[in-house]
Amino acid sequence: MTRKKRRLYTLLAGMGVLGVAAALVLYSFEDSLVFFHSPSDLAEKPVPAGRSFRLGGLVEEGSVEKDGVIIRFRVTDLAESVPVTYRGLVPDLFREGQGVVAEGKLDENGLFVASNVLAKHDENYMPPEVAESLRDAGHWQPEGSN
Amino acid sequence: MVAEIGQFSLILALIAALLQGTLPLYGAHRHNMQLMNFGGNASLVQFLFLTVAFIALTIGYVTSDFSILNVASNSHSLKPMLYKISGVWGNHEGSLLLWVWILALFGFAVAAFGKNLPGSLKARVIAVQGLIGVGFLLFVIFTSNPFERIDPAPFDGRGLNPLLQDPGLAFHPPFLYLGYVGLSVTFSFAIAALIEGKVDPAWARWVRPWTLAAWGFLTLGIALGSWWAYYELGWGGWWFWDPVENASFMPWLAATALLHSAIVVEKRDTLKNWTILLAIVSFSLSLLGTFLVRSGVLNSVHAFASDPTRGVFILIFLVAVVGGSLLLYALRAPKMKGGGLFAPISREGALVLNNLLLSTATATVLLGTLYPLFLDAFTGAKVSVGPPFFNSTFLPLAIPLVIAIGVGPLLPWKRADLRGVLSRLKLAVLSIFVILGLTWWLADGGPFLSLVGMAIFAWLLVGALVEWAERIKLFRTGFGNSWRRMVNLPRSAHGMTIAHVGVALVVLGITAAETWQSERLEVMKPGESADVGGYTYLFKGAEQIKGPNYDSLQGTFVVSKDGREVVTLYPEQRVYANPPMETTEAAIYPMLSADLYAVIGEQDGKGGYATRIYHKPLISWIWIGSIVMFIGGLFSLSDRRFRIGAARRKQVPSGSAA
Repeated sequence: MTRKKRRLYTLLAGMGVLGVAAALVLYSFEDSLVFFHSPSDLAEKPVPAGRSFRLGGLVEEGSVEKDGVIIRFRVTDLAESVPVTYRGLVPDLFREGQGVVAEGKLDENGLFVASNVLAKHDENYMPPEVAESLRDAGHWQPEGSN
Repeated sequence: MVAEIGQFSLILALIAALLQGTLPLYGAHRHNMQLMNFGGNASLVQFLFLTVAFIALTIGYVTSDFSILNVASNSHSLKPMLYKISGVWGNHEGSLLLWVWILALFGFAVAAFGKNLPGSLKARVIAVQGLIGVGFLLFVIFTSNPFERIDPAPFDGRGLNPLLQDPGLAFHPPFLYLGYVGLSVTFSFAIAALIEGKVDPAWARWVRPWTLAAWGFLTLGIALGSWWAYYELGWGGWWFWDPVENASFMPWLAATALLHSAIVVEKRDTLKNWTILLAIVSFSLSLLGTFLVRSGVLNSVHAFASDPTRGVFILIFLVAVVGGSLLLYALRAPKMKGGGLFAPISREGALVLNNLLLSTATATVLLGTLYPLFLDAFTGAKVSVGPPFFNSTFLPLAIPLVIAIGVGPLLPWKRADLRGVLSRLKLAVLSIFVILGLTWWLADGGPFLSLVGMAIFAWLLVGALVEWAERIKLFRTGFGNSWRRMVNLPRSAHGMTIAHVGVALVVLGITAAETWQSERLEVMKPGESADVGGYTYLFKGAEQIKGPNYDSLQGTFVVSKDGREVVTLYPEQRVYANPPMETTEAAIYPMLSADLYAVIGEQDGKGGYATRIYHKPLISWIWIGSIVMFIGGLFSLSDRRFRIGAARRKQVPSGSAA
């Protein structure tokens, strides 16, 4: 085996692996990219029912209702709000008036059925997307909120 | 007073680092022994000043000196002592101080242990180490000063995030940093080799212990982090493909590739350019990891409040380090010629395959981690790339890699006969059928992936042991003879077997935990019971208890199997006062066969409590396997070839050193 031949083989193997990887990436990007929308985005440009996305905003004051392990609340960006239902234990930092990100799908009635609810580790932390969507809705006070 | 001592020490350390980063480089260029030797002394001075700074901050924390802003915002006088101390690195400023301190420690270690390194190489390595230190010290002093004062000093501190008040997390950052920063040494060696224009087997032998140490610490650090997420976050998951997790996983993947390619350089004097590139990439990924975690650009479950302005500095630093080193690589690498030839089916071939798969896997993880950033920057669309992406790109690359681990070590160098090797693995093939039968029988079939995982586990475990048994001629010669062979086998050979067995155990744990776990989520009233995974959980009730700095709702579950009591679990829902925050403390009873996992949630107002119970078969093996991998690394590290005599450069007639 000559040096040239070896280089060719290594190159071919490398291209092969990269090709497979590229195919895998393209194939799985199709349905594993999860978009983020705020309630205002949804009011502007509705997302079809059954499509997964992340919904973020604040948990609306006075909207939380618990029924056993099912929790219902509204996510708001102080302009629009969306009803959410979730079956499971909500994270420790989930509370009214706090930032939240819910992953899930809309059903036919416009109810957001969450498969996962994320609140953050830190009481002062605001998910960047939520901060931005609140700023867009004109309700964000950057500093001094703590 | 303490803060001022710390501050001065930081500035003096910066000066020492500046001198360490420049004079030896110049000295090596001009063949000036005095300037070259200066690097070692400077690294000691830098290390000592940083030690003083680190101790100063620790004293600030231990004595609760709230006139220091950093202490006031992250500590509290009521906090237990362990967390006062771990609080030193539980925040941005302190963790960076820990980072530079370890960096200086490693720089000094190169000077202290590198007695048999050629003078110019050693001087250059220490200088590059010093330059990295300059970058980080500037960052600490100008953007993240831990010694900043606050006036007036508050009466008490704001407290440490309670999720971080945990023994697992107290030790997670130091181990991770030992790994991240350990890769800085391999990076410095790579840059020094590029400047010298020379890479040879001796170079690989000097670099390997550092790579091994960094890799071992990274393994342990990542395992600790995943263990923490598993029991502290109360979601029962152990890996989320979260950007911050990926940030530590990418350097690990690259370091694993580097570990293997350095063997080829050492034994066969080839794959040199590739190894140098890997060393650069591994450290760049460590820097990128720091950048991702500390700048707050990525939305992550682990992202603690952080400041984007600092990101700009790290980004510039990153561009300088990565851009500079890649430029140097582009200029110098083509001059280094590869050595021995090999057939595609050979030990070298297998290691090339290992490297191809590992680096491609690293690339897919990198793409998935950074894609949301790019998309946001260019189109403004907010997306997240979740576990489905990583599962469908990483797994198909990881599976062939893991299968190859079973064959690779049996292949001889240069040229191998694959059929002959496979025939020696009859036992491993047989074990696949045995385990598939067993799995089918015990788990009633189950998902297809679980069968794949179990087959890989058996293949890998038996394959690694067969290779080891062959080397010591177990059962082929007298037992005494085998014993003597085992004792005489180099430690690194044992290390490899142990590490590969560790991988097999991790595969076992992942497969079982991901495919056979059961979960039950419901409201339970005292006296009710639930059956999960063959165990009966009797809920006795819940009561309020008081901890040192929190109040807690504690539930009691008596777990039994076939009428025999196994354990009583006490999950908690804690409310901390400083900072005000609730945390879920899952109660976990780990066994080798399965983990019993209970979480208690809020009251429903009708006498019931939301509860979540998991049965996680064999999940402990993920962490046991990681520890076994770490032990394998330690075994290799203790190989005497890395310490004694052998690591001496062959004399090359001057002029041919290209």
